[in-house]
Amino acid sequence: MALDTMAQIKTDVLIVGGGFAGLALAVALRKALGPSFAVTLADPALVANHAADERASAIVASVRRLFDTIGVWGEVAGRAQPIVDMVVTDSRLTDAVRPAFLSFAGDVEPGEPFAHMIENRYLIEALAAMAKAEGITLQSSAVGKISHELERVHAELRNGLLVSARLLVAADGARSAIRAQAGIATHGWNYGQSAIVLNVGHERDHGGRAEEHFLPAGPFAILPLKGRRSSIVWTESTSDAERIVALPHDEFHAELEQRFKLHLGEITVLGARRVHPLGFFVARSFIAERIALVGDAAHVIHPIAGQGLNMGLKDVAALAEVIVEAARLGLDPGATAVLERYQRWRRFDTMTMGIATDGLNRLFSNHSDILRLARDIGLGLVERVPALKRLFMREAAGLVGEVPRLLRGELL
Amino acid sequence: MDRQQTSAGTVDEREVAQFSRLAAHWWDQQGPMAPLHKFNPVRLAYVRDRTAAHFARDASRLDSLAGLRVLDIGCGGGILSEPLARLGASLVGADPSENNIAAARHHAAQSGLTIDYRATTAEALAEAGEIFDVVLAMEVVEHVADLSLFINVAAKMVKPRGLMFVATINRTLKSFALAIVGAEYILRWLPRGTHQWEKFVTPNELEIALERAGLHIIDETGVIYNLLGDRWQISSDMDVNYMVVAEKA
Repeated sequence: MALDTMAQIKTDVLIVGGGFAGLALAVALRKALGPSFAVTLADPALVANHAADERASAIVASVRRLFDTIGVWGEVAGRAQPIVDMVVTDSRLTDAVRPAFLSFAGDVEPGEPFAHMIENRYLIEALAAMAKAEGITLQSSAVGKISHELERVHAELRNGLLVSARLLVAADGARSAIRAQAGIATHGWNYGQSAIVLNVGHERDHGGRAEEHFLPAGPFAILPLKGRRSSIVWTESTSDAERIVALPHDEFHAELEQRFKLHLGEITVLGARRVHPLGFFVARSFIAERIALVGDAAHVIHPIAGQGLNMGLKDVAALAEVIVEAARLGLDPGATAVLERYQRWRRFDTMTMGIATDGLNRLFSNHSDILRLARDIGLGLVERVPALKRLFMREAAGLVGEVPRLLRGELL
Repeated sequence: MDRQQTSAGTVDEREVAQFSRLAAHWWDQQGPMAPLHKFNPVRLAYVRDRTAAHFARDASRLDSLAGLRVLDIGCGGGILSEPLARLGASLVGADPSENNIAAARHHAAQSGLTIDYRATTAEALAEAGEIFDVVLAMEVVEHVADLSLFINVAAKMVKPRGLMFVATINRTLKSFALAIVGAEYILRWLPRGTHQWEKFVTPNELEIALERAGLHIIDETGVIYNLLGDRWQISSDMDVNYMVVAEKA
């Protein structure tokens, strides 16, 4: 369609992608700046039903504070399982007993656990409902061509609408079409590993304990869900993962039980088994002219420490803060200086976390006895030095460094 | 030194020519005005916060300056005028350079903002009897030929109980090292010849000029460059850049 015949709307910020990051940013901006600052969000999946999606995520304390501050956490708190402690073991598949090398217990602040587990769909539904209630302009459409004109960025929507914005935020996931159009390359690699993800039910209560077993093929994580259920993130080489996930029920169950063990009694597989290839990449830049990348569009890291989604929400907190500050000064939220501040704030943290999770995975996903000795000494040291342990916990909870206000639980 | 001056006496012709050459580049954030764009948030925040506090406004609102009449003296391409207009202020932007005003008008139209830009001098505006809630002389007094004459003219346009803001550079050894040698010769942030150190103004000279013009100093603050964060921030150190706000009795 020719540009001049398209119906046009003007907005301050256009967010492409209605996942956690996109929706949370839209709500955060609206809550801080009110309706006179126009926010538009476009995503063809806005009308999709999320009821069948059983995937769950760990929400670290700082990100929970963000959800709380924008008024969403209260809607889902009843569905969220606090993680009250966490046990890390380093073991072979055949070990009968798994000695705990590291255990984390307690809260980041009194009464505030360092993380919660919750099914994605509850959070997405609460965010989408909040976005709607707040009157954010929602477009159930994919975005086509992007162009720049006179201090604005124009996006042609597939539904025939032309959106003219001062800033376009790409929250459209790991295969971001906006990132590709902006010509931003990524660097990273595949691990040759995949994660088998499923939920299980078990006889005994998990007591809010998360377990991470570093098995030679990769980490096997048991993350507690509400009720006698847990979410499993089970890493294998991609070929093994694909073989295992396709096994008949009894054989799959036997493989699962060998790793899960029987400490929670009999286990049953709930719902579907899925397999996700694991990779690591970071966008070479988080910004382009009048464009900012957030969440998976900017980075995908190894899920070993459960930080992927949380990293995306940290992007949101930082970007929301720089946009709000600019808008309240009458400055253009899409100006280079504003976006550079966002990039400086987030890109270093992302690289650090990416490298840390990558190193962690390389350190553990192998059969070397020497590395095993080295990492066990390291973990033993962390276990015995409370200050070090507390620092790791606060780092994992996202409370170290120059923390954006939303992650501290402060209103913008 | 033989320097051409206008009949009114406060505009230095050589410096007007210098900035006119840059007019087309005002709004390129990576261009020659990049340092000013970097400096803009800290001075804007100061002007907004002090003005909002003085006129009992909520600084977190997007219309925090609604209804206030503001004069931006030496507005250049409108880098300061536009954001203030966006916050609701009724803006008059004055600059003696026709090129600057042309660039500023062009950009305001692009931004969809209504700003009253005039290729004129402070003297002409004062003579016409214009008055304002807030008069801004930001990064201007170090370029004028006669400081106390300029301050008197600007002060005349401040309404009773209104505010005048001045941002400038102190005349110290440190400012010679940083603002002249550092910014113009080493970092090349500014074109050589942008500033003349001997025209820099000490806080004391400025305070005296403001008080003599019937203004009462409310606050003054230093502004420093944070190398790590690559941004300007408020500081108690007034040795180089500083800002002053004064109220008309």
